[in-house]
Amino acid sequence: VDQVSTPTEQRWADTRRTPEQLGRDAVARTDAQVIGTSPIERTELEREEELFTINMGPHHPATHGVLRLLVSLEGEFVRDLNPVMGYVHTGIEKSCEQHPYWKVIPFVERMDYLSYYFNMEAFCGCVEKLLELEIPPRAKWLRTLHLELNRISSHLVGLGTTALDLGAISMFWYCFRERDKVLDLCEMSSGQRMHTRYFQVGGVFEDIPVGFAEKVRGFCKDMPERIDQYAALLDRNEIFLQRTKDVGVVPRERLLELGVTGPLLRAAGEPWDLRKVTDYLAYPELEFDVPVGTVGDNYDRYKVRLQEMRESVRIIEQCLDGLPEGPWIADDRKVVLPPRHELSTSMEALIHHFKLVTEGFRVPPGEAYYAIESPRGELGCFVVADGSAQPARVHMRDPSFVNLQSLREMCIGGYVADLIANLAMLDPILGGIDR
Amino acid sequence: MPDAVGLELIADEVNTRHDGAILGTSYDHGQATLLTGPDQVHDVLAYLREAPGQEYHFLASLHGADYLPAVPRFAIHYELLNMARVERLRVKALIEDPGEGELPEVDSVCDLYPTANFQEREVYDFFGIVFRGHPDMRRILMPEDYEGWPQRRDFPVGGDPVIFTNTENEVPGWTR
Repeated sequence: VDQVSTPTEQRWADTRRTPEQLGRDAVARTDAQVIGTSPIERTELEREEELFTINMGPHHPATHGVLRLLVSLEGEFVRDLNPVMGYVHTGIEKSCEQHPYWKVIPFVERMDYLSYYFNMEAFCGCVEKLLELEIPPRAKWLRTLHLELNRISSHLVGLGTTALDLGAISMFWYCFRERDKVLDLCEMSSGQRMHTRYFQVGGVFEDIPVGFAEKVRGFCKDMPERIDQYAALLDRNEIFLQRTKDVGVVPRERLLELGVTGPLLRAAGEPWDLRKVTDYLAYPELEFDVPVGTVGDNYDRYKVRLQEMRESVRIIEQCLDGLPEGPWIADDRKVVLPPRHELSTSMEALIHHFKLVTEGFRVPPGEAYYAIESPRGELGCFVVADGSAQPARVHMRDPSFVNLQSLREMCIGGYVADLIANLAMLDPILGGIDR
Repeated sequence: MPDAVGLELIADEVNTRHDGAILGTSYDHGQATLLTGPDQVHDVLAYLREAPGQEYHFLASLHGADYLPAVPRFAIHYELLNMARVERLRVKALIEDPGEGELPEVDSVCDLYPTANFQEREVYDFFGIVFRGHPDMRRILMPEDYEGWPQRRDFPVGGDPVIFTNTENEVPGWTR
């Protein structure tokens, strides 16, 4: 035994044994068992002696992207946590300023890469606000339909990866199986599985093809049953309950101070959903409920997301039932491309087509902020127009970026293992955080 | 959303409390905006947060913008939200460019709205606007040793050499 000075070190030295003294199986035990004290009792040690700061990430499978967490640990306990981000920063906001409005849409889609329809809607809606352009009813309903399909697929990825982090790999396969069906539907309506560029300023790119409605109805028929199966797998699963119940609780008031929105806030009992309180797309005419939690722990967050998928299925069915007939894109030739068949007969249509493709449409000077409810919370888009065909500033208020601030308070005082669960339930998308 | 008349009433109310804090108002696309300066913005937001009848407790978003030819050059937008009344109000702090080599400054609102922490760091990172009183004023998305403020309108695109395997000998300092 080495020389000892402080009382704490003396106590440690008293309990220290050689492996021979402890017996052969001592190596397999945890150090808490060997030393004979629980990790909690060791918190009275001096900070410098015991705090162990490590990097979790940037490349850790459980960080859901390229996120680095500077974690200060005391044994198994998290005492401090600082997220470090920017590893996938690609300057999308700057790039948006160099392109005409219609070429910005693919850029913004790639920010939050799981909810691309929402990014498109935030940007297109904001530009439409600046143009004061009313989109036709059919476009509104089609957008709503695709947004809700996207919400289901995004929640499925969130649920699958969360369960994967908690050790349930089968959930991951089941969730991705259903997500693939949503991607098939996206492919059918727009030709792309992800990053569809389906929304245009003024409406949507193309009407839905023949047979799409039947396929969506088939999906809506299956999906509630699938959600029941997920619930049967996880709801009363002992491991899942122990990992999620009463873990990561942050009071509702604190979440509001931190600007947290979306399922995290609703799980804490605040029924705040922009689809209900603001008047955009077809949501005012649809009937759906806003699920809220009571405790605000990780289990509530899981339940809220699961119930939101059920509500999304309801919305999709209503969208199919109430889908109005008519044009799917506005009839403003200064903004929207003329129909293809007119190009061979009308000189004016040809000129419009040429100007829109080469220069793009111009937006009168002004600035607007347009917020929608994405699967992660309030997704806002702020656009400054200077009268030219390119935006002077595009900013996305990404919910993952703001929500990440609450991770510190969720994790401090808990186990490292709970940190993984908290991060998974936070469901951050690093493409959206770093932009 | 306060209407145009309601906006003037709010502006008057703030101005009687903090003399001359509101430099002007604007109302377009159905959005109400109060214009203020970098030194008054903390007072204005504190008033809008606490005063009975206002109670904008939620800061939905904070972002900067560079209106390069215009004077004042920069602006920071605070998108306030009252959840009970579902009213949004934008406060826009206009900030002068102090000139070459100096960074513009504005008061931080982190003490009023903790959510502003990351977003103020983001504005600092991209526009070089320093927030006085911010607990941790560092870059957030760009590398820590990065020089320049990328979202400013006079910052060139393509100014940084991009390293590919065929150009790595031409990029100075890379192979050292």
